[in-house]
Amino acid sequence: MKKQPVSVKEQDSAIRAKSFEEVVLGFSEENALEEASRCIQCKEPKCISGCPVGINIKGFIKKITEKDYDGAYFTIREKNNFPSICGRVCPAEYQCRRVCVFTKKGEPFASKEAINIHFLERFVGDHGAKKSLQVKADNDAKLSKMKVAVVGSGPAGLCCAGELARRGIKVVIFEGLHKTGGVLRYGIPPFRLPRNILDSEINSLKKLGVEINTNYIVGKAKTIDELFKEGYSAIFLGLGAGIPSFMGIPGENLCNIYSANEFLTRVNLMSAEKFPEYHTPVTIGKHIVVIGGGNTAMDAARVAIRLQNMNGIKPDTTIVYRRTEVEMPARRLEIEHAKEEGVKFDLLVKPEEFVGDEKGFVKKMRASRCKLGEPDASGRRRPEVIPNSSFEVDCDEAVVAIGLGANKILTSVTPELTTDKYGDVTVNPETMATSIKGVFAGGDIVGGEGTVIEAMGMAKRASVAIVDYLLKL
Amino acid sequence: MKVLNKEVLTENQGVRVVKLIILAPDIARKAKAGQFVVLMVKEEGERIPLTIVNTDIVKGTITIIAQEAGFTTKLLARAAEGESLYSIVGPLGHPTEIKKYGKVILVGGGVGIAEIYPVAKAMKQAGNFVTAIIGSRSKELLILERELKEACDELIVMTDDGSYGRKGFVTEALKELLEKSKQDLVYAVGPIPMMKAVSMVTKPFGVHTLVSLNALMVDGTGMCGCCRVSVGGKVKFSCVDGPEFEASEVDWQELQKRNSVYNEKEKHICQLKKL
Ligand SMILES: Cc1cc2nc3c(=O)[nH]c(=O)nc-3n(C[C@H](O)[C@H](O)[C@H](O)COP(=O)(O)OP(=O)(O)OC[C@H]3O[C@@H](n4cnc5c(N)ncnc54)[C@H](O)[C@@H]3O)c2cc1C
Ligand SMILES: Cc1cc2nc3c(=O)[nH]c(=O)nc-3n(C[C@H](O)[C@H](O)[C@H](O)COP(=O)(O)OP(=O)(O)OC[C@H]3O[C@@H](n4cnc5c(N)ncnc54)[C@H](O)[C@@H]3O)c2cc1C
Ligand code: SF4
Ligand code: FES
Repeated sequence: MKKQPVSVKEQDSAIRAKSFEEVVLGFSEENALEEASRCIQCKEPKCISGCPVGINIKGFIKKITEKDYDGAYFTIREKNNFPSICGRVCPAEYQCRRVCVFTKKGEPFASKEAINIHFLERFVGDHGAKKSLQVKADNDAKLSKMKVAVVGSGPAGLCCAGELARRGIKVVIFEGLHKTGGVLRYGIPPFRLPRNILDSEINSLKKLGVEINTNYIVGKAKTIDELFKEGYSAIFLGLGAGIPSFMGIPGENLCNIYSANEFLTRVNLMSAEKFPEYHTPVTIGKHIVVIGGGNTAMDAARVAIRLQNMNGIKPDTTIVYRRTEVEMPARRLEIEHAKEEGVKFDLLVKPEEFVGDEKGFVKKMRASRCKLGEPDASGRRRPEVIPNSSFEVDCDEAVVAIGLGANKILTSVTPELTTDKYGDVTVNPETMATSIKGVFAGGDIVGGEGTVIEAMGMAKRASVAIVDYLLKL
Repeated sequence: MKVLNKEVLTENQGVRVVKLIILAPDIARKAKAGQFVVLMVKEEGERIPLTIVNTDIVKGTITIIAQEAGFTTKLLARAAEGESLYSIVGPLGHPTEIKKYGKVILVGGGVGIAEIYPVAKAMKQAGNFVTAIIGSRSKELLILERELKEACDELIVMTDDGSYGRKGFVTEALKELLEKSKQDLVYAVGPIPMMKAVSMVTKPFGVHTLVSLNALMVDGTGMCGCCRVSVGGKVKFSCVDGPEFEASEVDWQELQKRNSVYNEKEKHICQLKKL
């Protein structure tokens, strides 16, 4: 008889919707052993091809079954610097698990029988962190004299820094914000990625000798040219997709209409939920609408409903999305979690206008109903507005989470750096080399909004090319 | 990030303006007139934007001048000499376009007087004939008069109550100047109602008028969209597209409203923390 998938422990939804404590509690050793034993160790494992960095999934799962958790850790670390982060945020159901043999053919995302690779990865990552397992740096005479600058401390920058430091190269990270992590810190809430996990993964970089300068915007405080003149031999750009998109509908600049980036930054980076102990305020509406269907929208809605609960407001947070749940790009688990926590979903709805009161604060959203038409360029069925279906809902706060564009703060002052029509940096996809000699790029600034692991995949490719480049200097 | 020197410029009628000299060599080296920093006083603090009023590349310092508005500026004003601020990042925003325009009028109201000072110096150096019109409620609240007198060709002081200089608003002096002779640029910084009034005065004269907007900000790098303003019917992020914009195109009402979002909360934190 086929073994049933092991379900993961989670905090009770009624309790967790009132706090920022981690929701998924993860696998115990027993759980991990049982889940790992379900893997049939395929001769030609598909899962590995589904992983953007090609982790030896079959291999590390085997090591778990042998109770060799250190071995499993180092197996993952061959390809992935941050297993505790990826084990928590990877959209595995679109990646490794989707192509696991247990997923039924033709499914848009992994079947629930697919091996829970991400939970196993998290188990192994947390084991490594607990034991402070450390990968050692090489000692190459030539490379250890080299210095490389990494711009941006999101997953792309952190990953590239880690890879280079492991080769013995001196790496200095420059980060514009006052804290490191990029979206991992200002976007993804602590109930999905606890800060001690993020900090310990970043600390392991410091132990490898990586130096981090926060409050430092390259392009403003220093140009690319100046970095080269200061003796950096190569530069990696992990600038991210830092510009929020808006819908361009009337009333969108009314008070209490946030971009998801602002809303999440106020809370995740500036701890606005602890106002006035922390000094950054955030609005907590009685009726909050969140527009969008991606991870950003799920995070914003789940933060919103927590703020309402924590402030004694009857929870009323609604996700408004133009398509249906199947087309939502968010992680399936987070959609489930949002529902369990009481977030409402109003699907096939297109916002048309926000209406404000005399003081300029939003009080209503006017929207139309949609139906799905033919697939568009993204391959998803296009939402079409149903004529005369317009309706109004009360809302005293709205969060717009419909997408992010390229961060331009460096590219706009560096004309030699070629970008495409979206403002993304153009690269040679094999080496991630940009139009400037010695400058490489990766992550969302290259591929547009993507995933943590894709950003790391690109950063890794870049790190290999950077080492090549340095060795030829 | 160390505060090397602090001076109270004025403390009267509930208005307190302080000048801080802060060690920030990398910012000092790069800062140009019109640019700003975003700083945090404490780790639990909020991020606020403040104009870079002066720099000293040799000493590696920048000067900021802040008026106590709410909790964070009050905290900042209480920072002691020798104390380190939690964070400071910059220089941010586009520098003012400095070139030879001809005749330039700079209008500063309240703490906006501090913000026109670096522009005055740069405009003068670029060979312009620079007139500054500065205004405050009363004599005691006026700042940087001596410095601006040195930096400009002509200085007009206005006070609301007539306790010093001429009685009246800065816009009156501005209108007279525009009527008297052709001017090539008007540059104004101050409270929103003042900048709006300046824009109304200059419009019939068709003179190029720039204002430096004080939208609420979080990151200051274009990431959050908090600072969005409508200019010429288009949405702009004032931290990266500005902070300066053509005055006649700004949606003042929207800016004023958006700046009021946290008024209640700010009052609450000040009362609670007794600042
Ligand atoms: C709310 C939210 C939730 C998400 N959830 C998930 C998820 O569950 N799973 C998943 O896989 N992906 C998720 N994503 C997507 C994922 O976070 C991104 O794909 C990933 O962070 C991109 O990494 P990056 O390193 O390219 O950029 P970023 O994480 O954006 O980091 C870029 C960093 O560079 C800094 N920077 C930019 N310009 C400069 C400069 N000139 N000088 C100095 N520093 C600079 C920025 O301040 C920032 O810290 C989510 C995204 C968001 C917004
Ligand atoms: C680019 C830029 C440059 C600036 N330069 C200076 C400067 O050189 N000196 C200076 O004193 N101030 C300057 N400001 C304004 C300064 O940022 C605010 O006074 C400060 O953020 C207020 O913080 P707070 O916590 O003390 O006050 P809050 O408690 O946040 O606000 C108190 C009151 O001031 C209003 N307010 C808050 N922020 C602003 C703002 N940005 N503009 C106008 N009103 C606001 C609020 O609506 C509230 O009524 C600048 C603003 C910008 C955007
Ligand atoms: S595809 Fe699934 S079952 Fe096969 S090796 Fe990978 S995880 Fe195990
Ligand atoms: S302050 Fe965040 S975008 Fe301007």
